[in-house]
Amino acid sequence: MKKQHRLIVNMIECEAHGVCAELFPERVQLDEWGYPIIDDEPIPPALLKHARRAVQNCPKLALILTDE
Amino acid sequence: MPRVGPEGLPRLLAGYRPDGPIGLQEHVAQYGPPPWRGTHRHGGPLIDAVEASGLRGRGGASFPTGRKMRTVAQHRGRSVVVVNGSEGEALSAKDRLLLTSLPHLVLDGAALAAEAVGADEIVVAVDRASRRALSSVHRAIEARRAAQLDGALVRGVALPSRYVAGEETALVNFVNGGAAKPTFTPPRPFERGVSGRPTLIQNAETLAHVALIARYGPDWFRQLGTPDEPGSTLLTIAGAVEHGIVCEVALGTTIGAAVTAAGGATGALSAFLVGGYYGSWLPADEAWDVPLLNATLQAHGASLGTGVLYAFPVGHCGLVAAAQVADYLAGETAGQCGPCVYGLRAIADAMASIAAGQQVTAMVERLQRLFDEVRGRGACNYPDGVIRFVDTALRTFNAEVERHAAHRHCLLAPPPAMPIPVFDGRWQ
Repeated sequence: MKKQHRLIVNMIECEAHGVCAELFPERVQLDEWGYPIIDDEPIPPALLKHARRAVQNCPKLALILTDE
Repeated sequence: MPRVGPEGLPRLLAGYRPDGPIGLQEHVAQYGPPPWRGTHRHGGPLIDAVEASGLRGRGGASFPTGRKMRTVAQHRGRSVVVVNGSEGEALSAKDRLLLTSLPHLVLDGAALAAEAVGADEIVVAVDRASRRALSSVHRAIEARRAAQLDGALVRGVALPSRYVAGEETALVNFVNGGAAKPTFTPPRPFERGVSGRPTLIQNAETLAHVALIARYGPDWFRQLGTPDEPGSTLLTIAGAVEHGIVCEVALGTTIGAAVTAAGGATGALSAFLVGGYYGSWLPADEAWDVPLLNATLQAHGASLGTGVLYAFPVGHCGLVAAAQVADYLAGETAGQCGPCVYGLRAIADAMASIAAGQQVTAMVERLQRLFDEVRGRGACNYPDGVIRFVDTALRTFNAEVERHAAHRHCLLAPPPAMPIPVFDGRWQ
């Protein structure tokens, strides 16, 4: 089985800086208070670069890319 | 071989006396000492018995107890058992009653579960506002220590009086010296909990059932209830009934029969709140004949939860009542996750507007958007429960929503005050 990557957020750490939505608009939207809404779909290889960039640049390190 | 258990009901409450707790001597005279079975790495005879009994947790989530025990037993190293007696659900009083009046039944269950999963430590967590339950538990622990009854070290812990303090990760975080607030998962407590060890967290009533299953066996347990949802359960019945009570019924008893056990309704009812503030509203006529089983309640958008039945009288405004409770529930957020902090406040405000007859149609639409926006986005499930409470209130009191929209104010009598706990606000 090929590994599947998903993006999840630790909502306890998140402080709504919104960097994730800026760097990965393909999969991250913000709610009316600025917190990320991320769907649970696996991220296709073509988008992984953007996902990793969002993870690395979150000021609270609240984004996690899983590979199960 | 299991002893022959008593027939019929009550089971858990068989030894109950209103004039005070049952002491250790009296408890042992009635039930005999705990039937120790030994520890087995991959589950011993007690775990087999609990699995065969079909017992599910009575703390709200109805998770199979035997499976939870087996999962903890399979983890490496010494584990910990936590008795969850927090009962943050404001309408529920059954765990408090057990811990106050029949503490040894709960502690037997905890000690037997500890032996079965290989735990050498038991933490009994009780809401610090429940002073009688706390002192009864402390006395019971002392008596067992003096009698050298239990293998594991047992201690009591007084929990902050907050709704989410009994959420499993919040409970673990508090026992570990932190705030009684949920933490990000994984790890789940069964992997890494109290002191970083695998931790079995069970509701107080659930462990009392374990104490009886250990003595009388799974077949005895299954003499009541249905094949899928066997056994008896404690209910807290409140609201517009003659006698607000905690009682024990067989699973599958109808809501109407449970109300009759509470002396009947004080008048015509418009609705039931099933499962407490973390539960669902149901129209009274639809609910009356529904058996108290998750299988049947789910078809009506409800679940057993902690076994609360709150009867709401005709002629009073359910929207006003729901708005008051929603305001309290929004204030009970642990304040950690943005969607919970801001979302629940927005939901409570919209509900208050509907209750007051202001911008009703717009606020109903806003609520539907908020439900979709907030649901599933907290670190724990707390916001989802509040959404279910408000959503089912809107559905159940739908005729009233339309009247509020048409008349721009409420035409009914104010509701009877629903219990709103006053909390000290401290999480530590």
